[in-house]
Amino acid sequence: MANITLKDIAHSYTGASDNPDDYALKKLNLTWRDGGAYALLGPSGCGKTTLLNIISGLLVPTKGDVRFNDENVTKLPTEQRNIAQIFQFPVIYDTMTVFENLAFPLKNRGRTKEEIEPRVIELAKMLDLDKNLHTKAQHLTADAKQKISLGRGLIRQSVNAILFDEPLTVIDPQLKWELRSQLKYLHKQFGFTMIYVTHDQTEALTFADEVIVMYEGAIVQVGTPEDLFERPEHTFVGYFIGSPGMNIASCALKGDRIVVEGAEIELDYTYPDQKSTDKVKVGIRPEHLNLTGPDTPGGFPVTITKIDDIGRYKIVRVTLNNKDFNVVMHELSANAGDKASLHFDTSHTHIYVNDHLISGAAK
Amino acid sequence: MIQKQVNQKAWFMVLPVFLLVAFSAIIPLMTVVNYAFQDTFGNNVFFWVGMDWFRDIIHSERFHDAFFRQISFSAIILAIEIPLGIAIALAMPKKGWGVPVCLITMALPLLIPWNVVGTIWQIFGRVDIGLLGYSLASMGFDYNYTQDPVAAWITIIIMDVWHWTSLVVLLSYAGLSSIPDAYYQAAKIDGASKIAVFRYIQLPKMQRVLLIAVLLRFMDSFMIYTEPFVITGGGPGNSTTFMSIDLVKMAIGQFDLGPAAAMSLLYFLVILLLSYVFYTVMSNIGEESSNGGA
Repeated sequence: MANITLKDIAHSYTGASDNPDDYALKKLNLTWRDGGAYALLGPSGCGKTTLLNIISGLLVPTKGDVRFNDENVTKLPTEQRNIAQIFQFPVIYDTMTVFENLAFPLKNRGRTKEEIEPRVIELAKMLDLDKNLHTKAQHLTADAKQKISLGRGLIRQSVNAILFDEPLTVIDPQLKWELRSQLKYLHKQFGFTMIYVTHDQTEALTFADEVIVMYEGAIVQVGTPEDLFERPEHTFVGYFIGSPGMNIASCALKGDRIVVEGAEIELDYTYPDQKSTDKVKVGIRPEHLNLTGPDTPGGFPVTITKIDDIGRYKIVRVTLNNKDFNVVMHELSANAGDKASLHFDTSHTHIYVNDHLISGAAK
Repeated sequence: MIQKQVNQKAWFMVLPVFLLVAFSAIIPLMTVVNYAFQDTFGNNVFFWVGMDWFRDIIHSERFHDAFFRQISFSAIILAIEIPLGIAIALAMPKKGWGVPVCLITMALPLLIPWNVVGTIWQIFGRVDIGLLGYSLASMGFDYNYTQDPVAAWITIIIMDVWHWTSLVVLLSYAGLSSIPDAYYQAAKIDGASKIAVFRYIQLPKMQRVLLIAVLLRFMDSFMIYTEPFVITGGGPGNSTTFMSIDLVKMAIGQFDLGPAAAMSLLYFLVILLLSYVFYTVMSNIGEESSNGGA
């Protein structure tokens, strides 16, 4: 059990280089508290797995140090780090039975039979594998095989951390939900540090206390699910989290006012002037936009182009000048093609400069 | 219900293949079967002898000796080439410029025709002019494959290992390359030793290609003819007269077509039977304990 610190970590698969584009993982600093439940969220190819492999020691980072508490383990091989990792696709030892598979990590570490047996049986019960304990693992379904992989990750009780690399990809949705709650339960019971990699925001937000969002090899935000939703620090986070994602539009900024597609909006805060080369954008979630009937005072004239009714609410696509916005509406009587007025909730309107959130000063 | 259209013309499509197989396999084989049950005193007059030739062959010491030599040869070949092939495949690089270099080097011996391989080793091993034979002789070894049966056997075995281990290497290497990285990563996480990785990941994943390797090497080594014929011609004495060499001596040398036909049928059945045994045993490895327990 340890705090895991990544200090100035960067990794390039082609070796050290001065060109930042060669780095699959750009320089980052991060501390994982002992016992925390974290999710690493990001699109495919953003460096999530690379980061995970650096923690477990399957990869030695090109630059920077990995520390467990105060011990530098950057060069320590995987088997000495006491880390468990579960992979995207089930890895099982074909010739072994389910029992032998689960016992394998303990056996390799020289535990006695008396220690291994009760632990395996307990875990098999928890994962609902106890009926097949003595079947050859290769005869089981993909679901069961992935449960064995999970089981091998969970069997050691004194691990520094358990890393999950999109472990539920091959499992069908119903069981996915069950296993995820089981993992949360195990986390509460044993207090392992768990790091869960996924590109599925629901999975990340339901599993973790803290979510780390990665984009193009860099960490763009670390925060609770609520932070990510309410105050995305990067336009990518706004766009990636939430369904549909945040509306992001180029705008001109002047003090406490912005002009978006000809519509002038007065904001709650005053922002410093930006250089003319900087790209200024406004971001607002569809949930924080509102539509009223045409020509309502304070609204901007828009045309409704499309309405998707997804049950609990409707996603309305409107056009302001030439720019599309998504609006989430619970009640709406208008139809596609109608005119309407668009209202911005200025308390949830964020300003981004070169894709990064900036804070304004109170007026 | 849709009536299925029956088109008898389809038979004509099969006809060319049928003719080809008939002329290349079925008719020659049946000719051999024909000879195996008949005898002749010339003038193309044949008479039925039933199982006599088979009885003779099965009870002849000559057949027993050739059979024993053949089985020993195949057993030694498999015992050397399979483990050696796996070991080389494991030691080969997984990426980089070394991969094509190794693969091409490995493939080279397989491209050389059998009789050329025989000639190469026949000359290589000669005491008067061969690099190997001359060097060994001048170092004081009593090596002469034309006179010493042991030397003859060693020469032929080393030649076969040189010629055919590559096949096992290439098959094993293909098997190893198909193992996803995640297996090795998981093994590291699980703290598995190198031996455990071999025993529980690499070997099970190679099982299918190894089955093919064992079958091919068994059949080929059991039918070996050209190389020992070129190197030793079956000698010294009869020490390297394997079954195929013996068969040719009997059929063409002595023109005993009846016994030779009976022997070739037995030869064929033995290969078929042993290949079946290998196939069954090896496909069931790793399955046997699946029904136990619980």
